[in-house]
Amino acid sequence: MRVFVPISVGGWARLFSRWDILAILLILGLLVFLGEASRHLFEPLAELQRTPPSLDPANLPEYAARTTLRMLVAMALSLIFTFTYATLAAKNKQAERLLVPLLDILQSVPILGFISVTVVFFMALAPGRVLGAEFAAIFAIFTSQAWNMAFSFYQSLRTVPTELVEASRNFRLTPWMAFWRVDVPFAMPQLIWNMMMSMSGSWFFVVASEAISVGNTTVTLPGVGSYIALAIEQQNLRAVGWAIGTMLVVILVYDQILFRPLVAWADRFRYEQEPGAAAPRSWVLDILRRSRIVERVTRPFAVLWRRLLLPRHPDNVEAITRAPRPRHGWITFQLGLMVFALTAFALWQTLRFFTESITLADLGTALLLGLATLLRVIVLIAFASIIWVPAGVWVGSRPHAAVVVQPIAQFLAAFPANVLFPIAVSAIVAWKLDPNVWLSPLMILGTQWYILFNVIAGAAAIPAELRAAGANFRVRGWLWWRRIALPAVLPYYVTGAITASGGSWNASIVAEVASWGDKHLEAKGLGAYIARQTDAGDFHRIVLGIAVMSLYVVVINRVFWRPLYRYAERKFRLD
Amino acid sequence: MSTALLDIHGLRHTFPKADGGDLLVLDGIELEVTQGQIVGLLGRTGSGKSTLLRLIAGLAQPSDGSVTYLGQPVLGPAPGIAMVFQGFALFPWLTVLENVQLGLEALGLPEAEIRKRALAAIDLIGLDGYESAYPRELSGGMRQRVGFARALVVHPNILLMDEPFSALDVLTAETLRTDFLDLWGDGKLPIKGVILVTHNIEEAVLMCDRILLFSNNPGRIIREIGVDLPQPRNRLDPRFRDLVEKIYVAMTARTPAAQVERQITINTVLPRVSANLFSGLIETLAAEPYHGKADLPVLADELHMEADELFPVAEAMQMFHFAEVEGGDIKLTDTGKQFAELGTDDRKKLFQKQLLAYIPLATHVRRVLQERANHAAPKSRFLDELEDHMSTEDAEHTLRAVIAWGRYAEAFAYDDDAGLFSLENPT
Repeated sequence: MRVFVPISVGGWARLFSRWDILAILLILGLLVFLGEASRHLFEPLAELQRTPPSLDPANLPEYAARTTLRMLVAMALSLIFTFTYATLAAKNKQAERLLVPLLDILQSVPILGFISVTVVFFMALAPGRVLGAEFAAIFAIFTSQAWNMAFSFYQSLRTVPTELVEASRNFRLTPWMAFWRVDVPFAMPQLIWNMMMSMSGSWFFVVASEAISVGNTTVTLPGVGSYIALAIEQQNLRAVGWAIGTMLVVILVYDQILFRPLVAWADRFRYEQEPGAAAPRSWVLDILRRSRIVERVTRPFAVLWRRLLLPRHPDNVEAITRAPRPRHGWITFQLGLMVFALTAFALWQTLRFFTESITLADLGTALLLGLATLLRVIVLIAFASIIWVPAGVWVGSRPHAAVVVQPIAQFLAAFPANVLFPIAVSAIVAWKLDPNVWLSPLMILGTQWYILFNVIAGAAAIPAELRAAGANFRVRGWLWWRRIALPAVLPYYVTGAITASGGSWNASIVAEVASWGDKHLEAKGLGAYIARQTDAGDFHRIVLGIAVMSLYVVVINRVFWRPLYRYAERKFRLD
Repeated sequence: MSTALLDIHGLRHTFPKADGGDLLVLDGIELEVTQGQIVGLLGRTGSGKSTLLRLIAGLAQPSDGSVTYLGQPVLGPAPGIAMVFQGFALFPWLTVLENVQLGLEALGLPEAEIRKRALAAIDLIGLDGYESAYPRELSGGMRQRVGFARALVVHPNILLMDEPFSALDVLTAETLRTDFLDLWGDGKLPIKGVILVTHNIEEAVLMCDRILLFSNNPGRIIREIGVDLPQPRNRLDPRFRDLVEKIYVAMTARTPAAQVERQITINTVLPRVSANLFSGLIETLAAEPYHGKADLPVLADELHMEADELFPVAEAMQMFHFAEVEGGDIKLTDTGKQFAELGTDDRKKLFQKQLLAYIPLATHVRRVLQERANHAAPKSRFLDELEDHMSTEDAEHTLRAVIAWGRYAEAFAYDDDAGLFSLENPT
């Protein structure tokens, strides 16, 4: 059973290694750098005036195409990142020690809060303004896709069976050839699964990144996301409906013509073939495979690809042995020195940046607000668990239901919270509810589904023999849940809950402040704090908010989720 | 005719241990392989023979000593040394043809030649018609044929075989062995020498011209046995049986002298043998037709166990003083005979007595538990101690063996969740 792997579960037994600290410092330094850069580059943006998109549904196909293109470009970048970063981490012991914690911290950074900063940064970088905004949007989407893909690839590379590695070395495959013929194929099924997850997850960022206002500047890119933003601003419920419909169609289309074929095609790369499991099928792939024209068109490319993989110079067969590469102790030393210098610089920059205008009181405020958001996340995850664990077990125990529910859950996971603002805000205003309580559910709107479909996967993986044994001994009711169902799904549940909890923190930036036309609601929390500072264009406090939120996410992962995952993994793994 | 293909001199190999020390796995290995020979490396699991094969293949470097192939030191994977793997090691995403072609592609040969040679190898090894099949569609025997074809297609001088038949069922394995020997005998294989790693004594006698016997911990060559029976060899041939017997004797001969006399200590690596297997074997030995004494090869045959599976049990029985092993025979002691006649509860009592008398680690665990006020001790307390003297893996196995015996004997209890030893059993 393929399961989305949250990055934060691997690693060492110690809570924080010095490599974690290094990683934290480096990322903090990067945030500060971007914030600093953007602050100075902020002024010229004021001139930027662009025609806002219109709410005419006739524009939606074009918007949808543009949005999808952004997501696909980001996906391509994520793949490049995955193949380089994860490969370096997996193949180089020295690099691994820093790169893995770095990735772990990176994925805890709520990039949603940082979009404003990156927009300004990229717009200033790019010569054409529009191009800059596009870069920023693509970068934001990229950050929502890349981390888990890279982590999945890294995990796969580390688990390539020893015999395959030995075989490829014994037959003297060049590293380039071994990468494409052994490593990548082995990692492919898990990677494609993570690509699908990433694509779902990035919708949230599409909506946030296409229409962004920093201070009094608003940047809008034509797309589904900016369409939704405009519809919310103009209180046009019908347009929101159109946008949701468009999203649904887009998701269905890329699922059918991109991901289904990929999954069906990647089935051959599965190393362990579970007998009895039906191979995934795709009508698109079937058509492509059977078509003569497609074969004729692709054959030259296939041949070219194979040529590319061949060693550039024919191996000197006379040479008896190939000496191992000498160890570059000197280079390692230099790299270490560089990392050290970079970290020191990051530390210095960070201290300077914060001491410039941030007081201890600011830090206290952010930490306190973080507690409020933490409370929300805990309560919401608890609620979602109470609802979705039983539901997931029920669905997972019925294969026919699982086939129907799984894709729906995956669609719902793509659902950005913003589109529900109209209902939430109207209801809260109409019934005079407390936004501190009633805005919270928006945070978990998109992320709760990770719990559901992981639990479904877990329940579906309970061996038929165990079920039969339970039935045979007449284990029923609460006893059945306590002794069979819950232990069996626990590892899967934890996996889903880690993702859901991390996602909820991120979503709080959007969900703790909601507006519908001229009605604005705000809940007290760190997400709202970041959102407010973004509106005000206060880069110091944006960075502070993001740093504090990252800190919360990392600490909670390390002290709570990671130990729980290890425990569940050790005790309840069914294979 | 006798050019040395491969020369190994003064080879020594260590693995790093958890505490930073080194664990010696191979020591003082001298080996010369000449043209036209099949050399067998025979030993128990953990005797380092697979490690030696990997050192020859250049997949790892020895800590000390040299591996020389055609007069050149092996410093990395060398062309002309190809390997057949125990678990086949086929790439599941490549077809039979693509798997076979892979090694040739790495050589950078022209496409036409790659295809020609691959098809020839497939033809030779009897895989005709399977070219476009994926490994998962094939039976184990056919998969290993692909493994052979893939290795042969690069025309290696030396073929390394790492227990190539052990993952196959008895009949399939025999067919593959015979086919291989036929091709080898007819000179149809493009190879000059073969090194076969195996723990199956009969397989070694059936296939090899020379057999090197390995000892355990560390792996040393304790004996070299030449096999000059003509091919094809017949398992029922008395000379064949004599050789098998001779190897059994050689492999058990040193056990009483060296191992038991050398006093089992707290730090001896213990075999993981279940109490059920103990009882079963003691009962079998005590009953007809053995009357307390059996020839190990005969017993292995009768019980459908391989020597590799039988030896640890025999060794453990000897540690408990339930039996004596010498000269390829196993003989029940008086205690062993007594054990066979007892009922379940009395057996447990006798087992406890022997355990605490002869297995120092068990005695040690019990004493520590008795000395402590709460009569409990964490697993790590003992594991750390063991890891100073053996690999992490061996330490875990040894402790697991003692836990299993201690539980059966009711000598102490162990709670795996808490990782805690205690004197109290749940009541």
